[in-house]
Amino acid sequence: MNEHDVLQILIPLGLLVVLTPLLGGYMAKALQGKNHLLSKPLRPLEALAYRLCLVDEKEEMTWKKYASSLLLFNLFGFLALFALQTLQARLPLNPQGLANISWDSAFNTAVSFVTNTDWQGYAGETAMSYLTQMLGLCVQNFLSAATGMAVFLALTRGFVSRGSATVGNFWVDLTRSTIYVLLPLSFVLALVLVWQGSVQNVAPYVSSTGVEGGAQSIPMGPAASQIAIKQLGTNGGGFFNANGAHPFENPTPLANLLELVAILLVPSALTWTYGVMLERRRQGLVVFAAMFTLLSAGLAASLWAQYGPNRSLGEPAVIEGIDTRIGTANCVAWSVFTTAASNGSVNCAHESLSPLSGGVALVNIMVGEVVFGGVGVGMAGMLVFILITVFLSGLMVGRTPEYLGKKIEAREVRMSMVTILAPSAVILIGSAAALMTPAGLAGISAKGPHGFTEVVYAFTSAAQNNGSAFEGLNANSPFYNVALGLVMLVGRFLTIIPILAVAGSLAGKKSVAARETGFRTDTFLFFALLIATILVVGVLTHFPSLALGPIVEHLLVGLGRTF
Amino acid sequence: MRTAATAFAALLFFTLLTGVLYAGAVAGIARFAFPKQANGSLVVRGGRVVGSELIAQNFKDPKHFWPRPSAAGFNPLPSGGSNYAPSSAALLGKINERKKLGMTREMLFASGSGLDPHISPRAAHDQVERIAAARGLNEMEKNAVRVLIAVRTEGRQYGLLGEERVNVLLLNLALDEELRRE
Repeated sequence: MNEHDVLQILIPLGLLVVLTPLLGGYMAKALQGKNHLLSKPLRPLEALAYRLCLVDEKEEMTWKKYASSLLLFNLFGFLALFALQTLQARLPLNPQGLANISWDSAFNTAVSFVTNTDWQGYAGETAMSYLTQMLGLCVQNFLSAATGMAVFLALTRGFVSRGSATVGNFWVDLTRSTIYVLLPLSFVLALVLVWQGSVQNVAPYVSSTGVEGGAQSIPMGPAASQIAIKQLGTNGGGFFNANGAHPFENPTPLANLLELVAILLVPSALTWTYGVMLERRRQGLVVFAAMFTLLSAGLAASLWAQYGPNRSLGEPAVIEGIDTRIGTANCVAWSVFTTAASNGSVNCAHESLSPLSGGVALVNIMVGEVVFGGVGVGMAGMLVFILITVFLSGLMVGRTPEYLGKKIEAREVRMSMVTILAPSAVILIGSAAALMTPAGLAGISAKGPHGFTEVVYAFTSAAQNNGSAFEGLNANSPFYNVALGLVMLVGRFLTIIPILAVAGSLAGKKSVAARETGFRTDTFLFFALLIATILVVGVLTHFPSLALGPIVEHLLVGLGRTF
Repeated sequence: MRTAATAFAALLFFTLLTGVLYAGAVAGIARFAFPKQANGSLVVRGGRVVGSELIAQNFKDPKHFWPRPSAAGFNPLPSGGSNYAPSSAALLGKINERKKLGMTREMLFASGSGLDPHISPRAAHDQVERIAAARGLNEMEKNAVRVLIAVRTEGRQYGLLGEERVNVLLLNLALDEELRRE
């Protein structure tokens, strides 16, 4: 690494630190219905949404009503996306005449985009019509992210509320998140991306005859608008197969920088929003500090591993799968950002990263997508880890655990554990099933320990709703489409529902005045305990898989072995 | 029942807003503000499309600069990398084959997109001797080619971001033009 490479890492981190309070403060106003920068131009649109959708803006929902609204809305979104894919050959805006998607792939993709995973078993430019991309995939890019923000808002209200048993209004949270946050940010980013070279049209693919006579079909499409929200909404599903490595998705270093920052922008800013909503800024800062520390540690480890020599290939620097304009530093930064957040877009091939760099990506996903994590749900996941830390600390000092003046009791701890155990369980069960069945083994392309990592990475990515992949795995088969689809559903809704239940149960509790003897949660000690809890609970669960995959491959590459 | 009606209406409303109006507004502005980029940065010579600035094409003639190897065979449908593991014997084999063809640096490795339009300036300079031999260039002409690489090198954006690079298609078009003139 030279000083230039270091700069590639420091610039996005610096931008993130600067933008977090700015956007976080704005979101606190916009999401709570206060006056803000965009109220004047956009409030009529918000009001129109309520009128057309029969929403009573003033209605306060119990957690059960909130959850059932969320589930029903997501179910309709799934059905619409499934229908669009399986009927696309007969629908308009399909200039390439692309065929209908098979039922198993359509199921997988519909689940994938509704759950904010954006795992892709298909290649966009050869599978999806423009209509499917726009009305199906792009729409769910927005709505799955807005759903995540709603979950965060409901949980935060649980902490703030003074004994009323409601957690807010799902439709209002969904509408405000989309109209005031995701849409304006995406609009600006999309225009900058077109300026830099991303395509944005609905024209047929262009045939060209190259300088040496080779024929090419150059793909087109409404790409820039979808790429913007794919980055900002921690979605990650590429318009094209190569995702952020494709020159039309990520044409220049400036585009790369903005897309990179966009991955973490909203999840990071929500830590600030949290502090403002609680009227305790330090609580938000502790969360940000924990996330930023884990992110930086992952970055350092991954950079060290990727810049090291590869004895198996006998090369000082391996740049397989990394485009020239992107380079190693930006590839590593993106791989860490995208797995820390549950984004899952890639600007280089994760499969070809050094064993430990791929391992860092895997660990980031395994700890439960709480190092910034998905829009809204990452923050909610981190708050769950805070509850568990408070509970463990309470056990150690022998007093009833409290957080922000609310007693944390058996019900909250039980629900919190469900959100951690459910994804872990399906990772282990799914990986084991794939490794014991011919249909599962058939998908593996790499030999040796790397093949094992392909499978574990796929199920981890699906369960934690990340969506990135070791793309060597041939996952567009009925087995993987169905298995990964089910795993994504468990990973998404068996975390969201218990989190909303915690929100409801906390909202109904009276806040006890913070006692002098109470355990403080805005100190360095708590920050350290929180990180320790995340690492112990998140990493140790999966240590055997890590040992058999990335770690053993790293040792064998050190000995110069190939497979 | 009312919840179902709201859910249905909300899906329609947001599909219209984020699926049609948003993409349409971006496309509408792009068409006037950035027409070339929005339509694929196409390169037209003599009235026909010879490719896109941003999409690598297959140059294998020794008289031309070569792009990075493409796991997609330079076919954009679909794009993608090799997805070889860092411990892959197949990748080691490919690297050794490419070394035999005189390739160096990043030219030994397939790109992530399979469509990487750029190579580093150093990798371009490494190819000058081959091009000179194939075209029978003298020392002065060889120097002209080197100058061409320097002229065509895109620096780091704003002096800070990304990597130095040369666009292979544009470099080859300029090379053909330069040597035809002489």
